[in-house]
Amino acid sequence: MAMSFEWPWQYRFPPFFTLQPNVDTRQKQLAAWCSLVLSFCRLHKQSSMTVMEAQESPLFNNVKLQRKLPVESIQVVLEELRKKGNLEWLDKNKSSFLIMWRRPEEWGKLIYQWVSRSGQNNSVFTLYELTNGDDTENEEFHGLDEATLLRALQALQQEHKAEIITVSDGRGVKFF
Amino acid sequence: MDRFVWTSGLLEINETLVIQQRGVRIYDGEEKIKFDAGTLLLSTHRLIWRDQKNHECCMAIPLSQIVFIEEQAAGIGKSAKIVVHLHPAPASKEPGPFQSSKNSYIKLSFKEHGQIEFYRRLSEEMTQRRWENMPVSQSLQTNRGPQPGRIRAVGIVGIERKLEEKRKETDKNISEAFEDLSKLMVKAKEMVELSKSIANKIKEKQGDITEDETIRFKSYLLSMGIANPVTRETYGSGTQYHMQLAKQLVGILQAPLELLSPEDLVNACKMLEALKLPLRLRVFDSGVMVIELQSHKEEEMVASALETVSEKGSLTSEEFAKLVGMSVLLAKERLLLAEKMGHLCRDDSVEGLRFYPNLFMTQS
Repeated sequence: MAMSFEWPWQYRFPPFFTLQPNVDTRQKQLAAWCSLVLSFCRLHKQSSMTVMEAQESPLFNNVKLQRKLPVESIQVVLEELRKKGNLEWLDKNKSSFLIMWRRPEEWGKLIYQWVSRSGQNNSVFTLYELTNGDDTENEEFHGLDEATLLRALQALQQEHKAEIITVSDGRGVKFF
Repeated sequence: MDRFVWTSGLLEINETLVIQQRGVRIYDGEEKIKFDAGTLLLSTHRLIWRDQKNHECCMAIPLSQIVFIEEQAAGIGKSAKIVVHLHPAPASKEPGPFQSSKNSYIKLSFKEHGQIEFYRRLSEEMTQRRWENMPVSQSLQTNRGPQPGRIRAVGIVGIERKLEEKRKETDKNISEAFEDLSKLMVKAKEMVELSKSIANKIKEKQGDITEDETIRFKSYLLSMGIANPVTRETYGSGTQYHMQLAKQLVGILQAPLELLSPEDLVNACKMLEALKLPLRLRVFDSGVMVIELQSHKEEEMVASALETVSEKGSLTSEEFAKLVGMSVLLAKERLLLAEKMGHLCRDDSVEGLRFYPNLFMTQS
């Protein structure tokens, strides 16, 4: 629950909820917001969200402080995250988004490292095996949501280190 | 009505007829009197009325007797009128149709129209005051008319008359004092008419605005303090006047000023720095302009503002203004400058605008 989550000092600072006009100040502010969104979503295992949910979520709405980040400013924060590669819009209307506390490329790297370490190059895995198999229990990517996993594998595919294939009951991947 | 004098109706040498109109009735104040149908003549010197039925009944008022004139529009069953406000009759006035009247104005009712043009011409004559340049000999103002001359009285009647004359003299002094006002009013009406004419010409593209009209219009604007209506002079090429004013401003900042337009003041201030005076004009990003001492360093003030805000945790412009003892407008400018410099940040909510120390920068 939100209570176990440790809010950063900015969360209790009212100016945090006003988009700062001073450019240098804004830069710091946005960096803090991005960091907060990612750690919040990571802890709550939230891989996707709608903008409407976000507005009412304690993430952007500090009820105790009586401050909430206005939706236009939320959009600015989300755009920052997108530019950094941590966010992807799931629809044309920009009403819902995928949030990845680690960028797909970073996940891809971790997965590939594990594959190499365990000498499983040229092996084929189902997506489920990768994220939920016993072998990967101690790995960071264990329990990773499918959307993010797919993007991680797509990144590896770009580097010709993997290939997404269709297997009997869904999708899988072959590593090179 | 006691201002009229009997006249032959003949024009004097130097006196020219300007316009005449049939079918004019005269009112004494609001009262209808027997002079209900006549020809009204306007000359360079007088307003003459001649009875249409009895040409011998002819009277006039010198234009110099008129304080100011007004138009009264026509209504249902009512003709358009001109209201003529008059100075009290001089003691030396020649006989006329009325010895005395309680009214100081008459009305001319244009039953056969013609009011507009007559009014225009009368206004013109009153502005031009041609009678001042072309005196007519007094002796030709005749006594002809059905009424006898004034009776000199002695005794109580004489005393009463003297009192009456004294009253009239006082009245006249007051009227003279208001003469300037009447001239101003005539000019104001003129200006309005000119503006209307130009506006109409522009609207209906009725021919060009004459150069004369343009010059007149510009001269009116100039007299109102609008130096050049077409282009704005930049303060770089400022006038002598503004330079002088800038120099004087330094000395008279404390003293009560005579009326000074804001535009003149700002233009003068723009020259302060160029003239190396100890004051200067400062324009904030928001457009707010202030005059400050050359020695004043707003940036240093910002450092102390930060201290004050930090002490209190956060402050609004009003709270800060009260604490420091300055106007809210200037207080806001100082806080905004501090924000611009990165010392403060803002909290903008339904509760208002508050400034905080910029912890985003100072805290990791």
